[in-house]
Amino acid sequence: MRFSGLRVLREGLTGNKGWKPHWRDPEPKSDYDIVIIGGGGHGLATAYYLAKRYGMKNVAVLEKGYLGGGNVGRNTTIVRANYYLPGNSEFYSHSLKLWEGLEQDLNYNAMMSQRGILNLFHNDGQRDAVIRRGNAVVNQGDDAEILGREQLRELAPFLNLDNNRFPIMGGLLQRRAGTARHDAVAWGYARGADRHGVDLIQNCEVTGIDIEAGVVKGVQTTRGPIRAKKVAMAAAGRSSQVAAMAGMRLPIESHVLQAFVSEGLKPIIDHVITFAEGHLYISQSDKGGLVFGSYLDFYSSYAARGNLPMVEHTMETIVAMVPAVAKARLLRSWGGIMDMSPDGSPIIDRTHIEGLYLNCGWNYGGFKATPASGDCFAHLIATDRPHEAATGFRLDRFETGYGLMDEEATGAQHNLH
Amino acid sequence: MRIVCPICGERDRREFYYQGAALPRPADDAGTEAWHDYVHLRDNQPGPLKELWYHEMGCGSWIVVERNTATHEILGTQLAEVGLEGEAQ
Repeated sequence: MRFSGLRVLREGLTGNKGWKPHWRDPEPKSDYDIVIIGGGGHGLATAYYLAKRYGMKNVAVLEKGYLGGGNVGRNTTIVRANYYLPGNSEFYSHSLKLWEGLEQDLNYNAMMSQRGILNLFHNDGQRDAVIRRGNAVVNQGDDAEILGREQLRELAPFLNLDNNRFPIMGGLLQRRAGTARHDAVAWGYARGADRHGVDLIQNCEVTGIDIEAGVVKGVQTTRGPIRAKKVAMAAAGRSSQVAAMAGMRLPIESHVLQAFVSEGLKPIIDHVITFAEGHLYISQSDKGGLVFGSYLDFYSSYAARGNLPMVEHTMETIVAMVPAVAKARLLRSWGGIMDMSPDGSPIIDRTHIEGLYLNCGWNYGGFKATPASGDCFAHLIATDRPHEAATGFRLDRFETGYGLMDEEATGAQHNLH
Repeated sequence: MRIVCPICGERDRREFYYQGAALPRPADDAGTEAWHDYVHLRDNQPGPLKELWYHEMGCGSWIVVERNTATHEILGTQLAEVGLEGEAQ
């Protein structure tokens, strides 16, 4: 079933009776070439690119709940490529290019909206850092421009430019950045992978990883054992639990990050906007809700909910940036489980166990990485060589200290990112 | 989330700075592997976890807090100078 404008019109005129499920619901086979643990955005994208780009069709994605029920459905949907450090820079650049062709590639409406991201700054030091980052972004081939206060006044008249404590001096704008509909990204990749023959198996929790003489042989699941030549872990906040089944301890702490949505409002905020103070970021969904968040709660958590101090901080910050928002009511909030790495950058690598691959450490930025993470992880699994855009995401960089990617320059240590 | 400081009593979480898992510190000459393990690698499993919190806006004590990371329930607290004793190598 291909989606098209004509098809939507026809279905609309015939009672929408012709739509079919977007993917099969197969029983797990006893044997696969590749098993991917985790049916979130990254796992599904990996399966899609394995089948489509690297010709690996005998693949299963095992998901303990339902597809896209984890962080890919629990984020603030921001897409951007404005990273500074080599290693990250080319990776997110690759990701943004994949985002730009994603809907056509998947034949799926992911509501990709290149509305631009605007990073505000408050002082000279921040301005210097932002200009330096903007230059790095331009050098990597993507777009970035510096805006002054007059341009901001025109672009976003609701901003409180003259906040006494945190006046806004200017901003860095990347016009190609924006948002995408997070659920649709998961569904689009799921449908694409399924159409290329990948088995998507839901309600199938992995309970063990079979390893013989240092070589992976398959997995144990709640739906029976499954043999596999290669096993790929893409479990985001649950990565440490999955890796423990292979006897591994990861350089990961799972933390809670909260996000918030207001009641539906008429269009006011056209871009994604970040406030340098308090780490606040905000956009407005197509339904009209303001979608925003700020810092982690800054303690280990698997609870998928946060505490009130960070709620208070976030509300204070958003009102400092956009005073008009004080009149809006908060509709809902939630917490996601973030796989925090010591340097704040991800890991896509082989492990010391032959045939076992690791994809984790997405911190609070996994959504924008989804296409490139899938492509690069698929490349690694298929060829045993890192993709050229992801050579920096090595697992051993923490032990050796070589190639750390600490964007915030706070130090490669847990609790600092 | 409220944490019971052994000296000050029950206090708001905002008074405390979070360090992370309370782990035995290796000897200075323990080698790269032991230090890599201590600085970077974590069990990171849901459930009870012993952590180091610092009562920054209170008495300034380092506290070992046992907390369930799946529920945020505080299971017990004691001063780090007591709680970590005997665990250091």
